[in-house]
Amino acid sequence: MEFSHYYPAIIGGLLIGTSACVLLLFTGRIAGLSGIINGILIPEKGETLWRVIFIVCLLAGAALHYYFFDHPEFNKDTFSPVLMLLGGFLVGFGTRMGGGCTSGHGVCGLGRLSLRSLIATITFMLTAVITVYIFRHIFSVL
Amino acid sequence: MKRYLFIALSGFLFGFGLSVSAMLDRHRILNFLDITGDWDPTLFFVMFSAVLVTIVFFTFILKRNAPIFDNKFRLPARKDIDTPLIAGSAIFGIGWGLAGYCPGPGFAALTLGSTNAVLFCLAYIAGSLLSRFYSRKKSN
Repeated sequence: MEFSHYYPAIIGGLLIGTSACVLLLFTGRIAGLSGIINGILIPEKGETLWRVIFIVCLLAGAALHYYFFDHPEFNKDTFSPVLMLLGGFLVGFGTRMGGGCTSGHGVCGLGRLSLRSLIATITFMLTAVITVYIFRHIFSVL
Repeated sequence: MKRYLFIALSGFLFGFGLSVSAMLDRHRILNFLDITGDWDPTLFFVMFSAVLVTIVFFTFILKRNAPIFDNKFRLPARKDIDTPLIAGSAIFGIGWGLAGYCPGPGFAALTLGSTNAVLFCLAYIAGSLLSRFYSRKKSN
């Protein structure tokens, strides 16, 4: 595979990193998606409006690129409602319990050299790899 | 009020970046996690370049006494490695492997009109609320 194939991945990553820097520099908050969504579900005083604005604009940004810019078509989904429901439930449960996800622990936590975030990132990468191995290569359902 | 402009910009960049990097395509995530199969390094490049930016610029940003539109940085204060951190992250990883979505791409994929994303988000909300209920019950 040509390296240029991964330019979009690198550009997207730079945009996500820049997003985290903008939020930290101007508001002092961490751009952790699970934290932002969980904070909307169970609101804290004075911390809801910015979270809602962030999520709405995140959806707008994703939609603008998806519908109005050239990009390779995404894979059409094979429908597996049980896996989506089970997966979504565990992601919601786990990210609240572990205090972060790929953006909060991964992008932001690693950026501020947090040991907790490093341990969290290694842990969820590891269990995700094991899960895909089991469900794709042993049970053949992914 | 000006701060909301920058929050909007931040959210916008994040969502735009997720779509640019094809992270809304959960097959790309699953193929990244499938290290024994036909490995797709896309997510590695996304993470690597995002963390490169935060590692370099967070250092400068956090040298300030406060952010531009607030009186202090709101950062997680904890430093200890405890069981909920490890167990929660492990549970998250299992769900990520099953669904192929972590929270950002899962919610952003709502804009694609994908039924899978709707199911993911509803189940996410249930899991998050139950987790909160469970941890409250435990601490009482």
